[in-house]
Amino acid sequence: MPVTFELNGRSTTVDVSPETPLLWVLRDTLNLTGTKYGCGIAACGACTVHIDGEAARSCVYPISSVSAKRVTTIEGLSMDRSHPVQEAWIEAQAPQCGYCQSGQIMTAVAFLKKTPSPTPQQVDAAMSDNICRCGTAQRIRKAVLHASELMQAQGGAR
Amino acid sequence: MSESIDRKTSRIELVSRRGFLGNAFGAGAFVLGAGILPVNALAKGAASLNTTADTKPIAAATWHPSIFIGVETDGTVRIIAHRSEMGTGIRTTLPMVVADEMEADWSSVKVQQGFGDKAYGSQDTDGSESITDFYDTMRTAGATARLMLVRAAAAKWGVPSGDCTAQSHFVVHQSGKKLGYGELAALAAQQPLPKPEEVVLKNPSQFRYIGKGVPIVDLNDIVTGRGVFGMDIAVPGMVYASIERPPVLGGTVRSLDDSAAQKTAGVGGVYTIPTFTAPHGFKPLGGVAVIADNTWAATKARKALKIEWDNGPHAIFDSEVNKKQMMETSRKPQKVARKVGNVDAEFAKGGGKVIESQYYTPLLAHVPMEPPVATAYYKNGKVEVWSSTQNPQEVQNSVAAFVGVKPEDVTCHVTLLGGGFGRKSKPDYASEAAYLSKQIGKPVKVVWSREDDIHFDYFHTTSAMYFKAKLDDAGKPEAWLQRSVFPTISTLGDPNAEYGRSELDMGFTDVPFHLTNHQVENGPAKAHVRIGWLRSVANVYHAFGVQSFVDELAHAAGRDPIDYTLEILGPDRTIDLESEHTEYENYGKPLKQFPLDTSRLRGVIEAVRTKSNYAQRKAALAKGRALGFAAHRSFLTYVAVITEVEVDPQGKLTIHRMDLAADCGQVIHPDRVLAQFEGAAVFGVSLALYGEITASDGRIKQSNFNTYKVARITDSPRVTHVYLVPNGGAATGVGEPGVPPVAPSITNAIFAATGKRIRELPVSKAKLA
Repeated sequence: MPVTFELNGRSTTVDVSPETPLLWVLRDTLNLTGTKYGCGIAACGACTVHIDGEAARSCVYPISSVSAKRVTTIEGLSMDRSHPVQEAWIEAQAPQCGYCQSGQIMTAVAFLKKTPSPTPQQVDAAMSDNICRCGTAQRIRKAVLHASELMQAQGGAR
Repeated sequence: MSESIDRKTSRIELVSRRGFLGNAFGAGAFVLGAGILPVNALAKGAASLNTTADTKPIAAATWHPSIFIGVETDGTVRIIAHRSEMGTGIRTTLPMVVADEMEADWSSVKVQQGFGDKAYGSQDTDGSESITDFYDTMRTAGATARLMLVRAAAAKWGVPSGDCTAQSHFVVHQSGKKLGYGELAALAAQQPLPKPEEVVLKNPSQFRYIGKGVPIVDLNDIVTGRGVFGMDIAVPGMVYASIERPPVLGGTVRSLDDSAAQKTAGVGGVYTIPTFTAPHGFKPLGGVAVIADNTWAATKARKALKIEWDNGPHAIFDSEVNKKQMMETSRKPQKVARKVGNVDAEFAKGGGKVIESQYYTPLLAHVPMEPPVATAYYKNGKVEVWSSTQNPQEVQNSVAAFVGVKPEDVTCHVTLLGGGFGRKSKPDYASEAAYLSKQIGKPVKVVWSREDDIHFDYFHTTSAMYFKAKLDDAGKPEAWLQRSVFPTISTLGDPNAEYGRSELDMGFTDVPFHLTNHQVENGPAKAHVRIGWLRSVANVYHAFGVQSFVDELAHAAGRDPIDYTLEILGPDRTIDLESEHTEYENYGKPLKQFPLDTSRLRGVIEAVRTKSNYAQRKAALAKGRALGFAAHRSFLTYVAVITEVEVDPQGKLTIHRMDLAADCGQVIHPDRVLAQFEGAAVFGVSLALYGEITASDGRIKQSNFNTYKVARITDSPRVTHVYLVPNGGAATGVGEPGVPPVAPSITNAIFAATGKRIRELPVSKAKLA
């Protein structure tokens, strides 16, 4: 059964087995490998994408339920790294190995849309859905708070 | 490492562009290789290094190139990163060192990942030694290139080379005329190789990047999702494999019914991988592989396999039973690894205050965020592998042995690693991919699920430790006995090995206290799972045992733990284990060059005490809060930690603040060094609070992040401060040494807050309320 959805602003149709998680469709079928596999049970956040603007764990999201929805992956955020969250990540030099960072960034973007001026405690609560085994927590906390400032300066969320 | 020694051990040679570098560089490139003597040759001492003419026996035959620089005619400088990037920043830092010495402009440098080739020297990115082993070599390589470029310009202008200098990608004559590196590339390639004594390294005041740092080269790719990890490899015609491995180590397939799996959509076959013959080493575990046209189909079809296993002897493994046996072993006299004075006689005298304590730490899994993954293509007796590996040459060796080709017929492309922590030093997963590709005739990508990763890890070992000390009236230890019992990493090569060797030298034989009667012992333990090394290795459990025991003694003596530690550390000195006749590996480095220097341990302890305002904070702690302390040397680096915790009335633990002081010698890339210690704090929190692998019937009980928890941002210290203690000495490790003192600093803080002594990790098993 073909499934049609909007992916990073473009209408996309795939024909795969309907229970296939969105993660593997992105990675194996569509060659969008920025979204990572980390656990397959929505426990680590490495596969975080936006579905209709909300952060979602693509590893447990069957492709059949993506039909007609709007999906944004890290590749759709901005390829010129101009999104304020990307800018803040670069300024903080947050990544170490980098594997979890797509998911971290996608979680942060969705969070800041809802909570444009978070407290550090709110940042921690939101980012606790994502695991970084390298231990970049302190830089991530700093980057999210800084991204919030950048977005305020630029006149609101993107 | 002093420059004089290094200069005699490095050799620069021009290498053929068409040699093993293949097509890494464009036409017209000027390519330079640097060499380093193996570490064991350095250990032979400076005397044998005084003559380095190529005719001498230790010279040419044992020297081999280790890094390459290419200057292209458009001015692009390509620098090979030959070590693996798993998050330390080494892929940026080593090339940055080359660029600095070469006076290359970093914006015109392109870093290229070297594939596996023994010509580079060791590529085993492990043991926190990339900088220690290659810093001087990189500098010499860069400086040699700089000199050749200067000479090329001088020759072209017909002026003395002494009138020319290299400045940010140009050679400039004192008259003001200048030529770019690109314009000079072809001429430089014709320059004779300078003699080692002609190569002059920069004065540190001239450094552009060393000691300052540059953003990691992969930063933009990472934040845009373009970084290529092993998981992201796709090659034309590739199929995907998911493997059901024997649940018990050494198990074999008794019967297989793959009819349902074969019928699953997208499945292209089911193949059996033979169980290893002992020793297991880095060989695949064996099992049954399902091949499909995407990862999900392979994973799903695998669940439809019906397999009966013959489990073999390790089915008896029960981690609780094992723990009891190890604890019992640790209470009895064992093999002596270090002996100072006579502990037995001192204890026999009686008197004093005798303190005994036992500690236990469980098996741990590495769980890098990217599980093991490899893609391989076997074709006409040659194999191409793409993998996240810490050791591409071991990929060559292991794959070659497993599929019956020569190591040089295996090409290993190294991707970015989504974490490593020691797991990706063991390329069993690459051999699986190569084996399956040979069976199928197509490129095969083997993807480990998180469950596979946890069930079939090379686990960090479990340990039982016993300590006994007798304190005099002032609280000073008159006798100190310590035992460690753990299944050893040596079982990789000898499944029957029961005693450790390298492990003992990681925080146990090298206990630095000034003790008149001191004995270190090691008791036997059997391994029933694959044992490997994890970030900071045996230092994890030994630092936990030793630093917890010191805290117990301080408490018994009624002293502040930091004051007490400094007191028993004794006068500043280097501990001469050689003259004690104590076997000690010192992380593979000579003690003369990297001594056990108690003044440096004292230095970091005093630094963290002062910088964290320990005394003032300790005197004014809020209710439920307390400070804990630990200090430890590992990988030649000295680290001291003070942690502030809060335990609320319900027993909930919060880590408010962690202060780490580190003396790692010269700091090459400050921001990445800080990042390593910040990360070590979180890694230490994970293993202190949550890390525990258990087994029954030989099977691992944990399977994913829901049952094997690691620290999240909410568990991490609210604030981490890192202080780098200035030291002009050689750069030493930073990837691992931050980890060991973290756990005991937390448990010691918990004791200070609650009076509850944590003698077994993880903390989550204890009731703190």
